[in-house]
Amino acid sequence: MLFSVLVETRLRPGIADPQGATIERSLPALGFDGIRGVRVGKAIRFELEAPDETSAREHADEVCQRFLINPVIEAADITLQVVEPA
Amino acid sequence: MAALVGVVTFPGSNCELDAVEAIEALGGRAELLWHGAATVGQVDAVILPGGFAHGDYLRPGAIARFSPIMDAVREHAASGGPVVGICNGFQVLTEAGLLPGALQKNRGLKFLCTTTRLRVETTDSSLTADATVGDELEIPINHFEGNYTCDPDTLAELQAEDRIVVRYLDNPNGSVDDIAGVCNAGRNVVGLMPHPERACHALLGSTDGTVLLRSLLTSALSRAARL
Repeated sequence: MLFSVLVETRLRPGIADPQGATIERSLPALGFDGIRGVRVGKAIRFELEAPDETSAREHADEVCQRFLINPVIEAADITLQVVEPA
Repeated sequence: MAALVGVVTFPGSNCELDAVEAIEALGGRAELLWHGAATVGQVDAVILPGGFAHGDYLRPGAIARFSPIMDAVREHAASGGPVVGICNGFQVLTEAGLLPGALQKNRGLKFLCTTTRLRVETTDSSLTADATVGDELEIPINHFEGNYTCDPDTLAELQAEDRIVVRYLDNPNGSVDDIAGVCNAGRNVVGLMPHPERACHALLGSTDGTVLLRSLLTSALSRAARL
C-alpha cells in the first residue's frame, strides 16, 4: 500500500519560540487583534510504501523520532492517508 | 611527538581551517578528516568545527550526525579519546546523543556575532585541563541556534556532576543556567558554542582561546601516552 504521510513538528511546551513570539508581537501593528499563542512548527510530507496502516505508522514514527524531530525540544503529529490501497 | 588532532569537515563546515591553524600555532599537528570517511585514523583527538554542516537543513546537526565518520567519532569517544565540538560541532554532538540537551534558537531571534566573556567552571574536562576555575576568557560567538536547553533532571545532573565546563558572564542567547559548554560523563567529550580557535592570536583581538586548545592538546597527548 502507498501512504501519504504528513508530519507536523512543533516545539515542546516551555521551549522558547522566538519566531512565534515575533509574529505574535507584529500582529497588532498590522491591525490583527485577538490572536495569541502563536507557535511556529514545520510540515514535512512524504510518501511511504508499507504492507498495512499499522506498519506504515510504526515506520513513520521511527523516522520521526530518530531523524525528523529532536525529542529534546520538539514533538510531532503524524497523519496518514492511503494513496493506493493494497 | 606532537599530538595529532583530526578536524572533521562536513559539507558546509567553515571553521575547519581556523581550527587547523590554531592547533598548529600551538605546536600540535592537525589533519582534516572528511565526513564520509569510515575512520578517524591515528588521531589523538577530534574537533568537530563550526559552520553549517549539510546547510543546517532540518535542524543544525540533524543530518551530520548520520555522516559515516560519526560512528568512528563515537568509538573514539567511547574509548576515552578527546572530542571537542565547537558551535555547529556542539550541535552535532547533541544531535548524535554524545552530549545531553539541545541548542534552540537564540532568545531574541537574532543571529549573534559578538565577543562574549566566559568563566571556566571546571578543569576536569579535555578542554579545560590546563585552565583554572574562575578564569575569565574573551571568546567570540557566531550563531543563531546557541540557546542551550535541557530538561530539569538533566540540568540537575550536569550541575551535580560538575559537567558545566564554561558559563557566559553576560548570557547572550538565553541558555539555561548561562551554559556555554558542557561535557559528557566521561569528561572527554566537550561541546561549546564560543569559538576558541578564533581567539588564538593578538591580531584577532584575544588570545584567551589558547588555554582551551592547549588543554585539548594536553588531553590528546595523555591519551596517546595511555595507548
